[in-house]
Amino acid sequence: MLLAEQLPVIIVTVAMFCGFTILLAGYLNKKSAFWISLLANIVFFALSILTLRHVLAVGPIKYWQGGWRPPWGIEYVVDAMNAYLLVILFFIVILIEIYSKRNVEKEIEARKHPTFYALIQLMVAGLAGITVTGDLFNMFVWLEIASLTAYALIAVAGGRALRASYNYVIMGSIGAVFYIFGVGWIYAATGTLNMADMRILLPVVYDSRLVQMAFAFIVVGIMIKAYIFPLHFWQPDAYTYAPSSVSAMIASIHGKVMIYILIRLVYSVFTLDFIRYYIGLDLIICWVAAAGILAGSVFAIKQRNVKRMLAYSSVSQFGYILLGIGLSPLSPWGLVGVVAHILNHAVMKGCLFLAAGSFIHQEGKWDIRSFEGLSKRMPWASGAFAIAAISMIGIPPTAGFASKLFLILASLDAAQYPFVVILLLSGLLNLVYFWRVIDRMYFVRHEEPTEGGNEGTRRLPISMTAPMMVLAALCIILGIFWLTDIPMPLINQILSDLSTGGRL
Amino acid sequence: MESLTPLLAILCPAIAAPLVLLSRNHPNIREGWTIAAGITMFALVLSMGPEVLKGDVIRFTMFHTMFKNIDFAFKVDAFGLIFAITTSSLWILVSLYSIGYMRSLKEHAQTRYFFAFCLAILGAIGVALSANLLTMFVFFEIITVSTYPLVIHEQTPEALGGGHKYFAYLMPAGAFFLFGVVATYYLTGSCDFTPGGIKALATTSPVAATVLFFCFLLGFMKAAWMPFHSWLPTAMVAPTPVSALLHAVAVVKAGVFGIVRMICYIFGVGLVDELGLWLILACIAGFTMIMGSFFAIAQDDIKKRLAYSTISQLSYVILGAAFLTKDGVMGAMLHIPFHAYMKITLFLCAGAILVGSGKRKISEMAGLGKTMPVTMLAFSIAAIGMAGLPPLCGFISKLYLCFGAWELHPPYGMIFLAVILTSSVLDIVYFFPIIHAAFFREPVDAERTNGGYVIKEAPTFMLVPLSITAAFSILFFIYPHTFYIIDLVQLAIVELFGGG
Repeated sequence: MLLAEQLPVIIVTVAMFCGFTILLAGYLNKKSAFWISLLANIVFFALSILTLRHVLAVGPIKYWQGGWRPPWGIEYVVDAMNAYLLVILFFIVILIEIYSKRNVEKEIEARKHPTFYALIQLMVAGLAGITVTGDLFNMFVWLEIASLTAYALIAVAGGRALRASYNYVIMGSIGAVFYIFGVGWIYAATGTLNMADMRILLPVVYDSRLVQMAFAFIVVGIMIKAYIFPLHFWQPDAYTYAPSSVSAMIASIHGKVMIYILIRLVYSVFTLDFIRYYIGLDLIICWVAAAGILAGSVFAIKQRNVKRMLAYSSVSQFGYILLGIGLSPLSPWGLVGVVAHILNHAVMKGCLFLAAGSFIHQEGKWDIRSFEGLSKRMPWASGAFAIAAISMIGIPPTAGFASKLFLILASLDAAQYPFVVILLLSGLLNLVYFWRVIDRMYFVRHEEPTEGGNEGTRRLPISMTAPMMVLAALCIILGIFWLTDIPMPLINQILSDLSTGGRL
Repeated sequence: MESLTPLLAILCPAIAAPLVLLSRNHPNIREGWTIAAGITMFALVLSMGPEVLKGDVIRFTMFHTMFKNIDFAFKVDAFGLIFAITTSSLWILVSLYSIGYMRSLKEHAQTRYFFAFCLAILGAIGVALSANLLTMFVFFEIITVSTYPLVIHEQTPEALGGGHKYFAYLMPAGAFFLFGVVATYYLTGSCDFTPGGIKALATTSPVAATVLFFCFLLGFMKAAWMPFHSWLPTAMVAPTPVSALLHAVAVVKAGVFGIVRMICYIFGVGLVDELGLWLILACIAGFTMIMGSFFAIAQDDIKKRLAYSTISQLSYVILGAAFLTKDGVMGAMLHIPFHAYMKITLFLCAGAILVGSGKRKISEMAGLGKTMPVTMLAFSIAAIGMAGLPPLCGFISKLYLCFGAWELHPPYGMIFLAVILTSSVLDIVYFFPIIHAAFFREPVDAERTNGGYVIKEAPTFMLVPLSITAAFSILFFIYPHTFYIIDLVQLAIVELFGGG
């Protein structure tokens, strides 16, 4: 099992170097960039599955960088939670990369391709780094790698995207400052940056204003990075003007990893006791989440641009995850909801962005009002969009239903009844803005354009259709999967790893 | 007893749906799948009859869920089987009828129509056979979503408006239902349908139980009880076979089925009585019966009139269940299949009139009995049955409802008996003019041909199904053991109330 112990660090370092390899190889042969990146990510996906298996069978993996013992050296720790996230990360990245090939050829000029894939690969390395590290400062480093590459990727398209990216740079940097301030203060209070070590040392200083302040700063920093309402305002522009595959990747993966930082911090560094008894933040988190759930949906209803609508919908959906975190001190179902929704939302939102991207790719249509008859011309993409949208609404048997069910049960179990109402209401708001699109695509009568001369006859390439269909199928498969008792071992492992401090 | 049969029955429409999509370019093969699935499903459902009558409950567990004590499972008990038999038998007839209707009117998007139809039936049969609330909820939502494309089939702004209204009522209803499911599980740790109710629910606080009861009631808005009924007449913009099967059978019957399930198998008759909820429910039902009939009288569009008639008749079922007496519940259970057969006959006739004469308005139907004798005869038979007159099956169910009312405490018994009788009289009031006009009034000459449209009987594909349903409405009166219906109902009553 010697190799398995080293898998996380192999994934991260090789992913990092792949980024540079792509850049070099890209100068020699522009086409190679995509293939290197895809191949590498497929290998990483396989490795991350092995990691997950190992973690579930044997227990958490701990790796000491350079052989330095933890409080001094940097430690990588992988337990069930981050192994699970790692698998999701690479799975979605593979699908979106396959999709991006043709999309990028159309949306981005050829000379930028090697840089584009290099940036993607570096971003993935950064996200994987955040996921596996057990050290708060190391996490900051990876966080900045993931963010800087994301700024660049959003700006790739040029034009309005530059402004969106600039906003993101400003907000993202402010978030990073908040985060690093918090980490610094905790370091001042405890003298350590290792998460496991910190968990042991922190309880003594829970009462300290400095530590409480530090926690608040880190939370705010993460809230900006994970565009949680009311700190989301940089995000809709960024999503709207970025290339479609970038929006898909950032929406389904980037935000998830950002919120993972919060999860790790809440459960493994600080404890639920701290959240609940020392700063009484659990219900505040819940209410912030609830406000985000409703506000995101209401803003989404107002949008005409399909990508902007999806962006606001993401704001709303991140509220679900945050709500689960807020409820988890009171009910274990909260964490189940979080675990399920991280995967479900990645799949659903990925599918929606890919479908929306293909409407833009094929017909240049981003305005929902111009979607009439789209189901006839692009049946597969429309079908994928419809299934994912139904899943977002939370109609059984789709993935969104499972998330909703867990969170409702969590709210009842925690005796926080208002959130039941908010969750159910949110489902109805989702219905309002998603069904509008489905109506346009499928049901509103429209004048058929005259035969011949329209470019609708050109079929969407299979490399773009297939990833969407896989994700759409997953929306239904996951909906059934989460209802069965198959994921029980995983969830139990995550629960025990997180609440007992998987990092120990 | 564990058996695969319930799963196979549910798989029939589930498999037919993708096949319908695949053979979209071959209409005959496409409709062939629907018919084949319908016949297979009916045979499978009926084959469970003898087993169930022996007192066995056929179960099939698909998988255990994450939630302790909840399986995703199917259970065939006497009551569920009644609904399953009703739905599956009528699906075959309506499919035949749909072929005639859709092709005569050269409707567009027929593949989508048959596809959505399969899914809706999947939902209905799933609701009938599900073993607990969670399973039922999944299928309930499948019905709601799959019916939308059927309601807005015409894709006119009016149809879309009807569809939006449909969702505006039924989606929030789904949210209430979901809350009810989760709350039941949270309160009792179980959500299985148990004859006599879930025991643990009786020990929870009366306030919680009452709130839960109303959540379920709102959740079953598909039953179109007033004041949450107005989606049903609006949804009549759908093609007639859709109105027939879905709005007289699958959708609305799933609603009343759910209410009876909730009262008898979740709360239990005792608890509903103790909390005094039966009276509120009975008042709602009684109000709906009377008001529905009055609204029906005011309608000139035949489908609208039938829609209000449905609203009124559905409340008979609710009322019977609310009585909580042996005969009342028996009447309610009997009214589910009997009303289905009679109401579907009426809708099929309305469709046949539309295809044969192009007429929707009742005021224009004078003299139709001469040109369309079969259709109008079937219509008359079913209309008489609706009013609860012998020799039609409506008489049996209404008789039991009256017995049920008779058993109530003194002041209420007479009141509700009066309500039932008044409503039946009103049924005659709004159906009789149609029959009278059709057979005893001479058509105005100009109307003999309707703008060059020669009035004749609808195609055979449509006449045969509506004759069969009309014949069955009589057969159920003469021989109520057809399809084991009365035996199943009696068995269900014994399960619920004990005794022989």
